[in-house]
Amino acid sequence: MTDASAIIEVEKLSKAYGLLPALKRLDFSIDRGEFVLLFGANGSGKSTLLRLLSGLAKPTSGVIRIGGWELPREAMAVRAQIGLVAHRPLLYDNLTASENLDFFGKLYGIEANERAERSRELLRQAGLSRRADSLVRTFSRGMKQRLSIARARLHQPDILLLDEPYSGLDQAACKRLDSMLAGAHEAGRTIILSTHQVARAPQIAERALLLSGGKIAFDGPSDRYSLSESFQEASTAPTA
Amino acid sequence: MTTPFLRCVLAIIAKDLRTEIRSRELVSVMALFALLSVLVFSFALELDRAARAEAISGVLWVTLIFASLLELNRSLAQESDQGNLDALLLAPVSRSAIFLGKFAGNALFTGIVGLALLPLMTVLYGMNMLDPWVIVTTLVGIAGFCAIGTLLATMTAHTRARETLLPIALLPAALPFLLTAARATKGILNGAPEWQVWLQLLGGITVIYLALCLLLYGFVVEE
Amino acid sequence: MPTQARLEPNPQPRLLRALTVLTAVGFLATLYLGLFAAGTDIEQGQIQRIFYIHMPSFFGAFTAFGATVLGGILYLARKQAAWDRIALAGVEVGLAFSLINLLTGAIWARPIWNTWWTWDPRLTSAAVMCLIYAAYLMLRAGIDDMSRKRNFMSVYGIFSFVSVLTTLFIIRIVPETIHPVIVGASPQNAQGSFEATSGVFMALAPSMLLWLTLMPLTLMWHRYRLETRREAIDRLKFLTLSD
Repeated sequence: MTDASAIIEVEKLSKAYGLLPALKRLDFSIDRGEFVLLFGANGSGKSTLLRLLSGLAKPTSGVIRIGGWELPREAMAVRAQIGLVAHRPLLYDNLTASENLDFFGKLYGIEANERAERSRELLRQAGLSRRADSLVRTFSRGMKQRLSIARARLHQPDILLLDEPYSGLDQAACKRLDSMLAGAHEAGRTIILSTHQVARAPQIAERALLLSGGKIAFDGPSDRYSLSESFQEASTAPTA
Repeated sequence: MTTPFLRCVLAIIAKDLRTEIRSRELVSVMALFALLSVLVFSFALELDRAARAEAISGVLWVTLIFASLLELNRSLAQESDQGNLDALLLAPVSRSAIFLGKFAGNALFTGIVGLALLPLMTVLYGMNMLDPWVIVTTLVGIAGFCAIGTLLATMTAHTRARETLLPIALLPAALPFLLTAARATKGILNGAPEWQVWLQLLGGITVIYLALCLLLYGFVVEE
Repeated sequence: MPTQARLEPNPQPRLLRALTVLTAVGFLATLYLGLFAAGTDIEQGQIQRIFYIHMPSFFGAFTAFGATVLGGILYLARKQAAWDRIALAGVEVGLAFSLINLLTGAIWARPIWNTWWTWDPRLTSAAVMCLIYAAYLMLRAGIDDMSRKRNFMSVYGIFSFVSVLTTLFIIRIVPETIHPVIVGASPQNAQGSFEATSGVFMALAPSMLLWLTLMPLTLMWHRYRLETRREAIDRLKFLTLSD
């Protein structure tokens, strides 16, 4: 069932950590340019799924195809198309904001001029132009988060994966993140964003996936009404 | 699709150098440890000249190996604590290039300490440690040791109790280097001719270990 | 989720039983050949007989550690847990054999070299080999995540084999050893060599054959089954506790 418009295809995907099953035979596909919200309580397998899609972890069984390339066999081809914003900022504390971007730009094989230009632009969008030459160590959680997103977008990936990007951000920072995501969405990027806070979910998302116990419990348009029932039962767990 | 190998290696080395120049976290700790270790040995052994000639190469290599244990733990912890290793792995970069970059950084920092240690020991122990062949042996030994060290430190960075596990895993694996390097150094200092065999042996083991590390590093970082 | 209530019985395969009996009989037979059938060495006397265990036990370790390398490579290539269990079995059996090797060597050295132990290159290398495989077991115990553990230990097991090769070939590289070489030219300063007469070979050849093949393989098979069972019990424990 290869779908021409699908950029991510997942078939019977399972992942276990030792004896602990994290994902159980997932099947879904995501179209190019879609904005998907990934809901689920803590421990439901959201992070695992994003790590698998980004090629950081290998599936125990099943197939992942991204842009027609198969993971993990053709991981090198997939890596250039993916930007991941993980729980942790994935930045070097002892480098400045622009040095961080420059370093990762080199790893993605971006030429020097292009690198400088893109990081300047991304720092501006992240509202970090004035702090470009400060050490990341001195940044607040929100600033690190923004820089982390800039890092993930540096190589202009088709797919952006964000793992709990709202955690630890204040109201203003969340708004800022929303507008950045809207920009990326309009530019035609495919976005998957995981969160456990249904109230925080950006309005622009088109589709919601609910993970529960390593399985997909809901898959459909992301307006609140349809989501609320399935979400209620899944989120009664005491995790906040 | 993959970023050119050498460019990644150089980028990682440059990054580690810049971080180190800024924080001086690795070299300063190693240097201080090495200094203390050499002093402690010289008090503990209370050596006369003949005994010193026997013991000095052992002092040099034990000091270097323990110093670089400290460095390796810190260096790979820097990558894994913030999850930065993940960021390296996300990039379309050959895993061998990541290994070579990290290895070169570790070998460079340990090498600096090693080279600083030689004149210091020359002064403290009254033996000429600045013989060119001693320097060569020191650098080759450090390279080999840091190769297996970088690989094992990447492994133990993922485990609990890594500070204790790294020495347990690394010391026996590094004994071939300690053994051959110490014998070569001793041979050079005493003018015994068999040092060449030991140095060749050291060089051979270093090449084998480096090749194996390059080959196997990918398996160590995958999940 | 289908919860298995108990472990399936898993009786020993016929072949394993046959191998076990064969190995035991073979061990007794080679022991008889070495201790009684072979002639007494003129210079060294009875103590020379320990050689019929000493050298074969090293080669038994060689087979076992070789299996570890093979298991490691195949695990990394195929990711099937069975290969990792073979690798683990190889390490434990090999370590036991190399300890026998060291111990018998020390017993022999006491009267012949007049010391239990000396820091000769080959002896040192053999000791290092034991330490490396002991470290394998400690490192293995320190990693929680199973797939990580298997990856790491496969890599470590491949590396460790360098120490086995070093022990085997160090005499050719560093001729200053005092350890005798029985097959091939002995180093100049080897002490305690003896003539490898046809009588010696008559006792040595069967013993070598046994230690190279049957001894390690049979023991490893038992250890492999034990590990399979242990993992099954872990799985069962986990399922019971998590439901």
